[in-house]
Amino acid sequence: MVQLTINGKSHEVDVEPDTPLLWVIRDTVGLTGTKYGCGIAQCGACTVHINGEPVRSCSLAVSDAVGKQIITIEGLAADGKLHKVQQAWIDQDVPQCGYCQSGMIMAVAALLKQKPNPTDADIDAAITNICRCGTYQQVRAGIHAAANA
Amino acid sequence: MNFMPKMNRRAFVVSTAAAGGGLALGWQLPFGAAEAAEDSPEVNAWALIKPDETVVIRIARSEMGQGTLTGLAQMVAEELECDWAKVTYEFPTPGQNVARKRIWGDFFTAGSQGIRSSNEIVRKGGAAARMMLIEAAAGEWKVPASECTASLGVITHTPTGRTVTFGKIAPIANKLEPPADVKLKDPKDWKVIGQGKKRLDTPLKVNGEAKYGIDIQLPDMLYAAIKAVPVNGGKVKSFDAAKVEGRKGVKKVVQVEDTAVAVIADSWWRAKTALDELPITWDLGDNVKVSSASIAAWLKEGLDADTGLVGNKTGDATATLASAAKKVEAVYAYPYQHHVTMEPQNATARFTDEKCEVWTSTQNGEAALALVSETSGLPIAKCEVYKTFLGGGFGRRSTSHDYVKQAVLIAKQMPGVPIKLLWTREEDMVHGWYHPVTQAKLTAGFDADKNLTALHIRISGQSILATVMPARMQEGRDPATFSGLYPGGAEAAFGYDIPNVLVDHSMRNPHIHPGFWRGVNINHNAIYLESFMDELAKETGVDPLEFRRKIMAKHPKHLAVLNAVAEKIGWGTPAPAGVHRGLAHFMGFGSYVAAAAEVSVDGKKVKIHRIVGATDPGYAVNPAQIERQIAGSFVYGLTGLFLGGITVKDGAVEQTNFDTYDMMRIAQMPKVEAIVMPSRSGVWGGVGEPTICVAAPAVLNAITAATGTRYRTFPLREHGLTLV
Repeated sequence: MVQLTINGKSHEVDVEPDTPLLWVIRDTVGLTGTKYGCGIAQCGACTVHINGEPVRSCSLAVSDAVGKQIITIEGLAADGKLHKVQQAWIDQDVPQCGYCQSGMIMAVAALLKQKPNPTDADIDAAITNICRCGTYQQVRAGIHAAANA
Repeated sequence: MNFMPKMNRRAFVVSTAAAGGGLALGWQLPFGAAEAAEDSPEVNAWALIKPDETVVIRIARSEMGQGTLTGLAQMVAEELECDWAKVTYEFPTPGQNVARKRIWGDFFTAGSQGIRSSNEIVRKGGAAARMMLIEAAAGEWKVPASECTASLGVITHTPTGRTVTFGKIAPIANKLEPPADVKLKDPKDWKVIGQGKKRLDTPLKVNGEAKYGIDIQLPDMLYAAIKAVPVNGGKVKSFDAAKVEGRKGVKKVVQVEDTAVAVIADSWWRAKTALDELPITWDLGDNVKVSSASIAAWLKEGLDADTGLVGNKTGDATATLASAAKKVEAVYAYPYQHHVTMEPQNATARFTDEKCEVWTSTQNGEAALALVSETSGLPIAKCEVYKTFLGGGFGRRSTSHDYVKQAVLIAKQMPGVPIKLLWTREEDMVHGWYHPVTQAKLTAGFDADKNLTALHIRISGQSILATVMPARMQEGRDPATFSGLYPGGAEAAFGYDIPNVLVDHSMRNPHIHPGFWRGVNINHNAIYLESFMDELAKETGVDPLEFRRKIMAKHPKHLAVLNAVAEKIGWGTPAPAGVHRGLAHFMGFGSYVAAAAEVSVDGKKVKIHRIVGATDPGYAVNPAQIERQIAGSFVYGLTGLFLGGITVKDGAVEQTNFDTYDMMRIAQMPKVEAIVMPSRSGVWGGVGEPTICVAAPAVLNAITAATGTRYRTFPLREHGLTLV
């Protein structure tokens, strides 16, 4: 049994300790907002926050997340209010298919925590998530909008 | 939007209770079923209005990011005269469509047809619902319907000023006969169509709530991981199930047809890791001899072979070329490309002798339903497909539902148990239905006065239709091969006036599966033609824009989009230092499209600073979403141009994941400036695909302007070029 804290809630899960955190979040705990895209930490669709840092959960063993604060897209909004990145995504109508956007939003939220007013170069360096619909122009606009919110 | 099939609701509650409440999962049940008249009746098949005035619009086509969901809802709402702020939606199921004699028409969502081919049926659906609501109100008031009008969800009897809301009158309207004669609004009176409305699905896509096929959760569900023979045409020879059957959570190891093996377990990770350990021996078959080099050699022969597959013949190009004062020739090649939908292929199936149900991401729910029936052996009436959002489609989920078939075949081996089949990214990458491979030889002839008098385009390579839709072949010819090069018509016409033209095809179909891929044939056809036009302009010493304009006088719509991008990019004015320009235009899916790019090249590093993109789709239902489709399609096309290219070794696809098949990221994204210029000429053009094809040739022409080098084979990474 592995003990996890996800979105402030404690979960006891029966999984092998080397199971990637992604699959525990999705299939065992049932929070499906975090997506599987590649399994090799390339695309970022599985990005969650662990102790405030963006982590690609497909490539992190669940045992390495024990005792840490895990936040998924479902836990990003606080007190019934959307996170400013989520709100900017709505205002700018960013998503298309939307599949990558959970990971994109989590990556951006972490960036803004570190750099509240990122330059385009900061964005280029930090946001490496893949979006096949090609929403990047809207993503960039959304990041600046969230930074200015 | 957690709609679920009404018939299953109670059954679900019962089975959940029986499970002992041990299920910690949310009740994210399949929306994907029209909510029948439990608490509020539908007005007609297209609209259901609740007592709180919420308007639920039924959407038959799939939503994969292209925004069709919102566009179609706008079209229904336009005629319905409801309040857009109260609009929501649901997806009827393919089974419901069959049961109601296909009242929602076609579910097929590909070929940029989502809006184009359903514009009339959905607008008439909205108009009929409005007429029924008005008739119901008039009946209640005992006044002529002609004295009543509807606006923003309220019906007014004009002479008396009496009003009633849609929500109040809907239960009565539901009992009326649908009108026989439905008249649509004049486009000049549109108030909702043509507006850049926000997408209806965005709120669900920022908080993890949107459900894709991969997210389906059912009580007592098991998971399957699968591995199919890596070479098409090969088979499973043997596998040693005993090696993994004792692993924790593993329920069963099953063969799927003669081509694949799957492990069923209580979690996908356990299924996947067991499959990794499972010894499988393959009979790879004869195709192991095939490689990218052997395919290229075979296609090259086709460049000069005799052929009877003609797509465009105007005048006599062959004779004119033979006597031309000057001839110019070039050979191009475009590789296989993978779709790489962000959501890998998956389907969840539950089979019993009485019912077979599938939950999946599909661009064609009806085709999936037919396949479920065929595979399960049950009649269609005993089958159902619940559609979810798609984590990308791009054509992969349109004609090839191999993952659905596999899911049903797996479910049949554990009746009564819902099983979610999910492909790994690696499985997805090597078992695609790829953008087909082609080469082209272009030969142009000029007379002594430097007039372009003849053009021959010989395409050699793969046909999509021959494999995936053989019924659409025309006397052995694949008409889609000639997209954008047709002599005329409203779909994808050639945009130049050249007196002698021959476009023909030498069909060669390797064993790698071809499939529809965003834009498909217009991608390479536009690269071939529009790169070559720049080559001809250079040969004759004429500016590329002027060279084109001279032979476009009879193609005013092609010319209009070309002129629009040329003007906006500043063609003819000095570019910033070190920056070079290129342009291209084309036609596809009923839309006229053009692009102009500004790039700089530093050694082998290419930077695209900006691309102007223009489209004339006839009608622009939602210009804000069209702008996003232009930018997104450019990313897709340019990713293929620079980074893509699927290669074949020993009969198998070599690329397996993003580490070997990279994608454009935000750092490489150029500034895209969109021009949406609908001519409203009676033609409904497509949006999701057409613009994809002009980004690549515009950028290629700009690279040549910058470097003097003409690249004729792709992806550009094979020339050492990187996109920065």
